[in-house]
Formats: sequence, C-alpha cells, structure tokens
Amino acid sequence: MVASRRRPKQDDTAQAPAASAEELVKYYREMLLIRRFEEKAGQLYGMGLIGGFCHLYIGQEAVVVGVQAALKEGDDVITSYRDHGHMLACGMDPKGVMAELTGRRGGYSKGKGGSMHMFSREKNFYGGHGIVGAQVPLGTGLAFSHKYNKDDGLAAVYSGDGAINQGQVYESFNMAALWKLPVLYIIENNKYAMGTAQARASAGELHQRGAAYGIPGVQVNGMNVLDVKAAAEEWVKYIREGNGPVILEMKTYRYRGHSMSDPAKYRTKEEVEKMRTESDPIDQMKATLLEGGHITEDQLKEIDREVKAVVTEAAEFAQQSPEPDPSELWTDVLVES
Amino acid sequence: MPIEVLMPALSPTMTEGKLAKWLKKEGDAVKSGDVLAEIETDKATMEVEAVDEGRIGKILVAEGTDNVAVNTPIAVLLEEGESAVENLSNIEESTPKTVAEPVVKDSGARPDATLPTGPSKGPAAAPAMDEDKFFAKTVKKTVRESLRDAMAEEMRRDAKVFVMGEEVAEYQGAYKVTQGLLQEFGADRVIDTPITEHGFAGLAVGAGFKGLKPIVEFMTFNFAMQAIDQIINSAAKTLYMSGGQMGCPIVFRGPNGAASRVGAQHSQDYASWYAHCPGLKVIAPYSASDAKGLLKAAIRDPNPVVFLEHEILYGHSFEVPEDEDFVLPIGKAKIMREGKDVTITAYSYMVGHALAAAETLAQQGIEAEVINLRTIRPLDVETIVNSVKKTNRLVSVEEGWPFAGIGAEMAALMMEHAFDYLDAPVVRVHGVDVPLPYAANLEKLALPQPDNIVAAAKQVCYR
Repeated sequence: MVASRRRPKQDDTAQAPAASAEELVKYYREMLLIRRFEEKAGQLYGMGLIGGFCHLYIGQEAVVVGVQAALKEGDDVITSYRDHGHMLACGMDPKGVMAELTGRRGGYSKGKGGSMHMFSREKNFYGGHGIVGAQVPLGTGLAFSHKYNKDDGLAAVYSGDGAINQGQVYESFNMAALWKLPVLYIIENNKYAMGTAQARASAGELHQRGAAYGIPGVQVNGMNVLDVKAAAEEWVKYIREGNGPVILEMKTYRYRGHSMSDPAKYRTKEEVEKMRTESDPIDQMKATLLEGGHITEDQLKEIDREVKAVVTEAAEFAQQSPEPDPSELWTDVLVES
Repeated sequence: MPIEVLMPALSPTMTEGKLAKWLKKEGDAVKSGDVLAEIETDKATMEVEAVDEGRIGKILVAEGTDNVAVNTPIAVLLEEGESAVENLSNIEESTPKTVAEPVVKDSGARPDATLPTGPSKGPAAAPAMDEDKFFAKTVKKTVRESLRDAMAEEMRRDAKVFVMGEEVAEYQGAYKVTQGLLQEFGADRVIDTPITEHGFAGLAVGAGFKGLKPIVEFMTFNFAMQAIDQIINSAAKTLYMSGGQMGCPIVFRGPNGAASRVGAQHSQDYASWYAHCPGLKVIAPYSASDAKGLLKAAIRDPNPVVFLEHEILYGHSFEVPEDEDFVLPIGKAKIMREGKDVTITAYSYMVGHALAAAETLAQQGIEAEVINLRTIRPLDVETIVNSVKKTNRLVSVEEGWPFAGIGAEMAALMMEHAFDYLDAPVVRVHGVDVPLPYAANLEKLALPQPDNIVAAAKQVCYR
C-alpha cells in the first residue's frame, strides 16, 4: 500500500524515523499482547464466559500501537466498540479489561459496562462507545476541552470505515475545523462495515472526507506499525502547532468477523489468508527485529512466554473475580451530590 | 498438560451446534489462528480457530455430529514434547452432550422484584429548604432575565461553566435568553454553534466527560430530537456504564412545549420522554424564581440535567429573590395554593392554568391545592402523596400527550402510594392525542385550557 500524502510542509521523504531497538521490541510486545488477549477473549467467549457482543481487534494491532506511540501523557483516546486493543495500548490493566468482558466486579466498570463500555480517567481513555459514530462528536468535545483549558493536549478519535458515513461525523469535522480543535481523527478502514464492503457503502476516498472543511487527510499503511507511527508523529506535531484537525485513514484488516457471531461470508478465505501471510503486523515486526539483529529467536520466545503469562493471568482473574454484588444494580445511576 | 478444545459458543444465544467438518486430523500440528473445524450454528457456518499451539492429539467428537452442546470437549491438543499415549490414556471418547446446558452461570440473586423503580422507594425527597426567607427582598424580573442571571452568576462563580448553542452569542439568543453573556464572558465561553444539534450536543457531552460544565441551549427542544442519542446514550448512561467513573455535568436547556401557532413540528412537550430515562434529571420551571433557583442548581449539579423552559413564559414577570445564594433544591415541588378538596399537579406553563382553574373552582366552593412540580425527575412523590392524603383526589395536568405521559405516571404512583386514600379515580388533563394543528381554533382545542382543569376537578369531586 502506498501512502498518498498531502502535507503542508516541504520535507516529504516519507521515511519512518528510526526507532530504537528498544522501541521496536516495545511495539512488538504491545501488538502481541493485543493479539493474544483477543484470542483469549475469543476463547472465553466460546466457553460462554463472555456474553453478548464481542468485537475482536485481531489484525488491526499496528494501528493503535503506532498511533499511541506518537501521543504523550495527557492526550485523550476515544473509540467505538472494537475497543479492547485501545485500552491495552493506553496502558489499562489486562486483568481489569478481561474481567469487564466476563462481567465481574474486578472489571473496569465493575461488570456493568461490558466489552463495549469501559473507561479509565487515569489513562485518559474515554470509552468504549456502542453507537456507531457517536464517539466522534464526543472525542471532538475532548479536544474542545483542551482548547478551552489552553493546555497542550489533543484527542485521538478512532472510528471505523462504517462510522465515517454517519452525519454526526461531518458535524464534528465542521466544528473541529471551524474552531481549530486539536483532534486527530483516525479512520480504521478494515474494508468492511460489518458485512458491507467499503465500495458498496462509501463513495470516494475516506481520507478525503474532510477536504471540504480544509482538513488534511492522509492514507497510511495500517498494517505496519512504523508507517503508522511515522504518520501519526508528523501530523500530531501539525495539530499541536495549532493547525486544527487531521484525518488519518489507516488501511487495515480484521481477520475475524465483525463480532463473534459473524461468519464473515462476505469475503473469501483466500483474501483473509493473503492478508495474514503477507501483511500481518506482528510478523512484519518480528522480521524487522530479526533481520536488523535487534533480537534473537530465544528472546522472542521469552517475550511470547511473558505475554502469554500476562494474558493467562488476566483470564484467570476474569474468571475468579466474583459477579457484582446485587446491590450494584442501583448504584452509579446518578452522582449523589 | 494436554489442552481440551471445547465446543465454542459463537453467538450471544448459541447453546449447541453441529460439528460439520474437521479441517485438521489427529497428529496435525496447529498454530494459534489456524482453523480447526467448521461448526453450524442456528444462524450460520462458523470456523473454530485454534487459540493455542500444539498438535492434535485426539479428536473426541466426529464430524457430522449434531447437537453438540457448548463447552463439550471436541478435541485434545498436545503441547510440544507431549506424547499422545501417556497423556490421552485417561481421556474417554466423549459422547457429545446433546442437552444444552445453560452456559452462563447466574448467581440467581435478584433484587427484590417487588420494588418497581429503585431502592429508595416512594416518598423520598430532596432536603427541605426555607425558601420564604429569600423572598424578604425581591425584584420583579421576567423568566427570560432570570435564566440569563442564573447563567451569568454561575459563570462568574465557576470558570468551567460555558454556554453553547445556535445564536447564543452574537445574536444574543434566538429568544434573547443569553442576552449580554457574550459581552461579559467573551467568545471562548459563549459559543455560537453551527446548526448541528447532534454534533454540538455530543461535543458538549465529551467536554463534560473532561470535567467542563457545559450549558447547551437548544433553540427549542423540538430540535433536540436530532441530538437525543447523545443525550440518552452518552450523557445519561455513561456514569453507569463506567461503574461510576465517568460522570457528565451538563445542562441541556431551551424552550419546550407549544408556543403559539408554530405547528406540529415546533410544538411538543418532551417531559415524559426525558423523565423516562434513568441517569437524567428533568426540570420544568414555572415562575422566574423557579427558573433562576433551579437553573443555578442544575448548573451546579454533577449530573446531566434536562431543563425544559416555555417560550410563552419567557416574557412573564415574577418576584425573584435578590440574594445570589438563592438556589432551589432539585426534586422538590412547591405548593402554590393550599386547598382541601382536590389536588392539581402541573408543571411549566400549565401551572398558570392550574392556578386560574383553582380561582374559578374557589368561586364554586371547591378548594383546590395546586402543586407546581418544578422537577419532573426525581419527582417529589412525598409532597404529592401528602396532598392527596388530605384531598383524596388528584387531577394531573400536562401539555404533552396522554399515552405513557406524566399523568400516566401520576396515576400509577397514586396506585402504589395512595390507593387507600383515593375517593375518585385520578383524572388526567393533557394535550389532545394528535400532532398540534395550526388553525387557531383547533390549536386551542388541542391544548389544555383552564376550563378543562375546572371540569376535571369537578368530575373527581362528583360535582
């Protein structure tokens, strides 16, 4: 995938800035954690321990890991319901996330939110939203707060290629551009809005959807964490300079169905297999690490073991944590003043 | 340790399925993500992927088997170095359980099912407040000015409070409610939005999540229907969905109900819509002092508040306390006129009609007690029930439609809390169950008039 770039500055080498070996290993580990976590979530779903809707992020790991690498402390993150990866990338505790998936009191929302509704003020993660597109104005409001408070923060607002057709997204683009709000809109284009391929639902190019508002838009190879990070860093700088919003369209792919109950018959097995074998973000990073001599096979195996242990611990916690006390039914409806 | 591969649940409702096909055979190596088998559910054919790495040691359920219950072991996966012989000798060929067992464990605990609406049942009230002492020194103000004063005072008090909406700044408010705010507080805190209710309501909710205290003006609540998803799904529910972490202090305010001759799309009472939803407070003031004292309370409240004003009342004048500490408690009704024969409840513009009706009734020897609800949710059930215990009769008045309306809720509450005290069925006075007509005579027929209230009161008094 070629990144088509329209940018206001001269420097156009489009080269990923060199990341240190330590950073590369960090991205590998973060992506692997999301992958293994999601596989485990799928397994627990299969065992009936996770109910309802469960949307897995497998295949898209490079997007959130790459973008987060370009953010700093105090920046906000908000996304849709395919949110487990974002929470892990924000540094939220895998135990608390998994326990929320199983609906237990150790979960981030005490078991009352579920897969699609988790939050962490501490990590500036603002959800976890189940209504397609609703997080876009909400995230624009987070950005508004940064401007209102005159701090240096920004909001990273993730949405899918399906959400981008909602009217409220354009209402947000308009206000964000009008008021030069510090917001990075990330479209995670995994090619299918549930079962509808992009070409059947969306006219034109998604990264150009902000053009009428004067919002720069860039298409990025969302399967490569270094490409994602490079683009995010470049445009985060632009946003922090007070230039207003930016749209990054991440060309990515989800290997699993839209949710656990989606057999994904709208695409061929060959298509999925081709992405997995040729473009997998974790395999790519593994190759980069090995070819660059940054890591040995044994060290990789050690990371695999560590990540697996973290996920196993999370899954055990999520099963051992008790269900919420029945009295929790009535709490948190209103703040008692 | 060999790992059992279990029959997975592949949808929120699946309890069993058919093991249609094995794509791996005994002895095959598998890695995480490989497709092991295909399963037919009630809805679709799905693939089972391996989660762990290893080698298929044994297949326990043959392909083609129907009605395999979720969580039945279907195969055994051996890890590196494990031998099939030593590890599998004690694993039986499993006969698939064909009776689907409930998958999700349920503690069985339920709150007391006899409690219909919450833990603090029935008469529960906001702390009492000595309102009268503030009326020692008053000034005559319109509802419009009082709303403006409330916002200005709270904006001076708290830098996190800001107001946004269509025409609130340079135009000075479509109904001039925000007059002068731009001049005093500047464009950073008094923000003109594009005509984009869904968008700016959501934006304001996001700002509320971050700890700012937005006041969102809807030019009228009719247009807030564009934004109702953000009001309910984002503002009202997030505190609960976050387990108490993510509250949203925000006020959605603007004129509600029928103004005059503006037709069906601009004339609707949304009180019952918002009052239906847990997580919101809903206020509908009548007088200028209500408007000021309650809007200040709403801005200070840490919860999302829907504040329903009335266009016709904007220009009406009332005595308002001068003291800036005059803040009314949310959740407290006000007895506007005492009486012993019948209780009349009303809110917003209808309070005036109820008072007019009470005057007429007095001339006919019926002493009506008029209750200005002020807050629709949480409703001051205590004040209403205590009044009905005295009068034994209730007439509920609202501008909105009857079905599932505020009057319907009143009737239900009286069944629950005052049944033995009622000497007559509760009667509802309400807007006629049609979209509001434009023609002057039809519009008047569609909206409650004082005469309708008089007739209803006489009906419950059997007069």
